[in-house]
Amino acid sequence: MAGTIDEAQVRKVAKLARLELTDEEVKRFSRDLAAILEYIQKLNELNTDGVEPLAHCLPITNVLRDDIVRPSLGAEATLANAPDRYEDYFKVPSIFDDNSGA
Amino acid sequence: MLELTARQLRDRIVRRDICSVEAVEAVFAQIDKSEPTVGAYLTLDRTGAMEAARRVDEKIAAGNSVGALAGVPMAIKDNLCRQGAATTCGSKILANFHSPYDAHVVERLHAADAVILGKTNLDEFAMGSSTENSGLKRTVNPWDPTRVPGGSSGGSAAAVAARMCYAALGSDTGGSIRQPASFCGVVGLKPTYGRVSRYGLVAYGSSLDQIGPLTRDVADSALILQVIAGHDLRDSTSVSEEIAPIPDYSAHLDDPLKGLRIAFVPHLNEGADPQVLAAFQNAVELYRSLGANIVEVRMPHLDYAIACYYVIATAEASSNLSRYDGVHYGHRSKKADEFAQVYNLSRAEGFGAEVKRRIMLGTYALSSGYYDAYYLKALKVRNLIRQDFSRVFEQADCILMPVAPSTAFGLGEKTADPLQMYLADIYTIAVNLAGIPGISVPCGFDDHGLPIGLQILSGPFTEDKLLRVARMFEKTANLPQRVPAVLG
Repeated sequence: MAGTIDEAQVRKVAKLARLELTDEEVKRFSRDLAAILEYIQKLNELNTDGVEPLAHCLPITNVLRDDIVRPSLGAEATLANAPDRYEDYFKVPSIFDDNSGA
Repeated sequence: MLELTARQLRDRIVRRDICSVEAVEAVFAQIDKSEPTVGAYLTLDRTGAMEAARRVDEKIAAGNSVGALAGVPMAIKDNLCRQGAATTCGSKILANFHSPYDAHVVERLHAADAVILGKTNLDEFAMGSSTENSGLKRTVNPWDPTRVPGGSSGGSAAAVAARMCYAALGSDTGGSIRQPASFCGVVGLKPTYGRVSRYGLVAYGSSLDQIGPLTRDVADSALILQVIAGHDLRDSTSVSEEIAPIPDYSAHLDDPLKGLRIAFVPHLNEGADPQVLAAFQNAVELYRSLGANIVEVRMPHLDYAIACYYVIATAEASSNLSRYDGVHYGHRSKKADEFAQVYNLSRAEGFGAEVKRRIMLGTYALSSGYYDAYYLKALKVRNLIRQDFSRVFEQADCILMPVAPSTAFGLGEKTADPLQMYLADIYTIAVNLAGIPGISVPCGFDDHGLPIGLQILSGPFTEDKLLRVARMFEKTANLPQRVPAVLG
């Protein structure tokens, strides 16, 4: 387990997480995360060879249901909280340049 | 009237000794008095509450049957969706979000004829142990306004303690019902994972989150669990009654359990405050005097619970919170003029520091090259922790623990060092990893007059036993009758 996290790694993780961080936040998080990750190293004290990973504690496995059409929210309720809309669509700034041919 | 429990109030409303409208008016009068100090609520719905109360009173007057919470004024944590109402999760990113539907538990409250007063403050997206991470409001402890109410369901716990509702719902991912209940001197129950549908609970750590009640006493906890428990098709992790039947939680509540075997874990108590420990030891002795067989057990993997939790919970959070994209709902940055900035800037502006920290940690733990070392390792340790509990429940009915190493700490005391805040979750967090139920009941006061909680844990889907064991303590402990400072 890598024990530490530097500012370059923090910037990389922020990019993966789609978070724009200020320089001050990068400094703060590299310090905080390093301390937390160092603490988490504790897990390595345990030998987990042959231990099954446990994703949840439920006494159930596959959950199946009949494929029946049920009422759903509808466009108006779904779009009511949208920051921006165009007719029945969510509207965002253009994804491709105008000259991209898309 | 404000000193009644929810059950007592409901009975009087049904007998027409009191009408629900009067109870709602009394609670709002108390809210007008204490809320400016306590700050438990993010939104209040006076008009809706009065209308709901009037409807219940009319039903009763007409001789119609009414539900188990008829006319009882209640609060819900603001990460539970209520149709048409703001659901902010204490976050700026959802400051203007209105739920298009009701959470399953909100439907159940309506069906039981409860009156919903409003929605309570929380640590942003339920991430925190003091409610100080709310991006919208500060909540203080009704017993001492210079201290935190605990968290993340701090608003719900404070509202119950300050008589600003008769009961409340919270959610518990790593102690977020039990710890604020302990800090505010009320009863807080986290049911077994899967007992209560999470449909309409805004997700934080989906394999850990569970909804439960915060109440004045154990009987109210049983009453509300009965209302909210049960299978729901819309949450595939809610467990059907065929697999885990739902007993009548109130029927045998007052019957003490004979031959009760109670375990405690001595080495875990080393870090706790001496007054917390003294109250805990008194509780153990009380059970012994009631005829319980007390066994000391070792749970060697509990020391790893915090490290394990902060990998799994943050990994799940980083995935769950990716939905806040500035596109479908929630805050969109006004500065975003190209598409990638809609994500990056909206999230940067909308999330607070602790949420960002946990998203970062979770993203790191799931990222290429670290997945096996952190996430997979933590899932294996989670299994070891669950096995620790399973072994103890082969030889004991319940486990007793403190709820937190200290009583309510001061506002701002732990905000500078996130790891120190995490370490205070030592007694509550393993319960969520193991999926078992746990309850916090008041068990005394420290020298500052602050409440101390006792935590009781039992095996999966044994809430009936858990509640009875809690009731045995509540009935015989004879705690001094004290009221929070804000009521004085």
